[in-house]
Amino acid sequence: MNEQQQTLWDFMRQQSDKLLTQTLEHIGLTFISLFLAVLVGLPLGILIARKRKLSGTVLGVAGVLQTIPSIALLGFMIPLLGIGPKPAIVALLLYALLPIIRNTYTGITGVDASVKEAATAMGMSQWQILFKVELPLAMPVILAGIRTATVITVGVATLASYIAAGGLGEFIFGGISLNNTNMILAGAIPAALLAILFDFLLSRVQNLNIRKLKKATIVLPVLLLLLSSFYLIPSAYGSKLTAGFTPEFMGRQDGNLGLQSKYGLKIHTIVISDAVMYKAAYEKQLDVISGYSTDGRLKAYDLVVLNDDKHIFPPYYAAPIVREDALKQFPELEKTLNLLSGKINDTVMTELNYRTDYLHQSPGQVAKDFLVSKNLWRPDRGGNAGVVRIGSKIFGEQYILANMYSMLIKGYTDYGVSTKTGLGGTKICFDALTNNQVDFYPEYTGTGLLVILQPSQNVVNLVEASKEKTYNYDKDEFEKRYQIKWLKPIGFNNAYALMMRKKQAADLGVKTISDLKNYLDKK
Amino acid sequence: MIKVEHLGKHFGRVKAVDDISFDVAEHETMVLLGTSGCGKTTTLKMLNRLIEPTHGKIYINNKNILEEKPEILRRSIGYVLQNNGLFPHYTVGENIAIVPQLLKWEPKKIQHRVSELLEKLHLSKDLLGAYPNELSGGQQQRVGLARALVSDPPVLLMDEPFGALDNVTKAKIRAEFKALDELKKKTIIMVTHDVQEAFELGDRICLMDVGKIVQQGTPSDLLFKPKNKFVREFLEEQRLQLEFKTITLKDINQNVAGFQPEHSVWHVLEKLKSDENKSQGFEHLMSAFYQYKQQQAHE
Repeated sequence: MNEQQQTLWDFMRQQSDKLLTQTLEHIGLTFISLFLAVLVGLPLGILIARKRKLSGTVLGVAGVLQTIPSIALLGFMIPLLGIGPKPAIVALLLYALLPIIRNTYTGITGVDASVKEAATAMGMSQWQILFKVELPLAMPVILAGIRTATVITVGVATLASYIAAGGLGEFIFGGISLNNTNMILAGAIPAALLAILFDFLLSRVQNLNIRKLKKATIVLPVLLLLLSSFYLIPSAYGSKLTAGFTPEFMGRQDGNLGLQSKYGLKIHTIVISDAVMYKAAYEKQLDVISGYSTDGRLKAYDLVVLNDDKHIFPPYYAAPIVREDALKQFPELEKTLNLLSGKINDTVMTELNYRTDYLHQSPGQVAKDFLVSKNLWRPDRGGNAGVVRIGSKIFGEQYILANMYSMLIKGYTDYGVSTKTGLGGTKICFDALTNNQVDFYPEYTGTGLLVILQPSQNVVNLVEASKEKTYNYDKDEFEKRYQIKWLKPIGFNNAYALMMRKKQAADLGVKTISDLKNYLDKK
Repeated sequence: MIKVEHLGKHFGRVKAVDDISFDVAEHETMVLLGTSGCGKTTTLKMLNRLIEPTHGKIYINNKNILEEKPEILRRSIGYVLQNNGLFPHYTVGENIAIVPQLLKWEPKKIQHRVSELLEKLHLSKDLLGAYPNELSGGQQQRVGLARALVSDPPVLLMDEPFGALDNVTKAKIRAEFKALDELKKKTIIMVTHDVQEAFELGDRICLMDVGKIVQQGTPSDLLFKPKNKFVREFLEEQRLQLEFKTITLKDINQNVAGFQPEHSVWHVLEKLKSDENKSQGFEHLMSAFYQYKQQQAHE
């Protein structure tokens, strides 16, 4: 970030509208789920207090639900309920269930046996005993359960933003993706304050004396409903199409901000995690998503990339970058690596990614099949004239490329190969290269520009305009600063892209982002 | 009034109550006496169907109660528990009014009846709004009794009603209990393990052991005509005191000025003890008492 550092306070004031909406959404989401959880959990707790045989099973199931990681539970909900508030509420409800059921059960079974006997002996019916004796006496314990459930729900509700249900999670996860501390804190602090506030209020209710507790039990459901109504279901308003963007994409100039300023695109947008976005588009929950142009899921879910006709997404062309002393040490290397140059376009790379990410074929097999089909594959010469060390980042595409280079080097030269794949992010990979831990790895032009070189905004605007300019700028600067050489680009561009379902795009006649804008503007 | 026929309750293979039968006449107090685990409490709880019998029949006022709806049945039977079983979240007033509320009495009538009972049971009106945990043990037990009596049920079941009290309080409340006119019109079945209590309060006693009735009869039947060794040994430790309490002036054909024929020798002696002038009457009474005992033993 080259912009001047702003304080947290500035950020919160600037985003106060959004902050308020998110906070209200968060409260609403929490209390709808809580209300439903009480509606389900209380009768279940009463049931198992009556039929003790069921208690093991019910508490067991609720306990297992509690152990499912929150993200996974949200993930399970998508095929069942799609995205948005519905699955989020169900998932939150399931999390809140255990403390409510367990405390209802404990509270009721803990009522003094002689009091229950007296109630029975005086001729009270089962229902009268429940409402006049058991529930009132169990109320402090039940309230403690609801209190626990509330705190859990406030916390887990931050994850709801992953499946486009809103809440303070939008700031938190957007901030994490954009490495924007103020944004993270603007979401995390209110969320923590909400948890503390509700916990405190409920502790006050819990410690009321018997007489006041009677009144509180009447007021509480009303209050719960009122707080629930804060949540205005986001899908209530809408445009013709719905877009789902990752939190990172939302906050970037070369993302949603650019779409708005350069294209003037106005589309109903919800924030969603990368993990579920493609699937949601496939299932028609979303119409437009932000993705990466060579992602294998593009093929798996039958999506098509919209042409970025105004070039707001910077080019991310892949090319191997090599230390110059390694080129001297292995004279054959440059020629060999360039064998791949221009051989893989976006479609081919998507296909290859699809085979590893989606069909779960090994990157080695995919790499070999491709080289064979291009007549590039040669058997291992088993050479021993030094060992070339290949690095790669930790995702499928890079594994495939590393495997191809390894096969090419073994087949065309007498060098040996050692691969160091799965080197975390860009920073780790690049450090490994400059510190002579690896000799080369595949890098992307956009990454080189924005992550490693980080020139001023003016320079970025200037060189981002075309893929050649970016490549040349990277090439010159890397050579000057790090004595690292960019070899020829492989051919594909793994950039940000807007995508739609193939069939819908064809039906609407949308091929470019401008087409999309025109379609949306048409009434 | 109450008729129990071949009543039994089995828990698995254990016969907690094993085929017992007894009758209780109207306005009579029947005490179920025995050690813990003899089946006396189980027997009591079958009478208001807190426990369902395995076999046998129970009639109250010639009606088979096993054919009645349990809730309706219970509203006409007062029940006093050892640990009072007061609702901790109800005030004293609300606790006493539970049954009238169930019976849907007019609020005025409830209020009137509650204050009437408070007075009879020597409870201050200030306690109406108090919660049970603010009361002493004796007060709690009185409230428990008031709650059982409030709707004036013809039958009263009491499960160790004084069991949780200390000896001084117990004696005091027992005395009040005997004097309470409300109780004179009731048919009472009471469970206790306290022999003194059984003899003091019971018109008749069922002595129970391992689920069976060993002997039933008046206190003097048990004392002077014990059916077997078990009955004799059960009473042995406190025999003399029990005899003093059981034998009345009428039994020994004595007239003492200022006392009724139904008064026990114990009662008369207690009063005379403190009166120097009557010491002659004291000796006379004692000799008549021993004469009567001798007679009983030879019968």
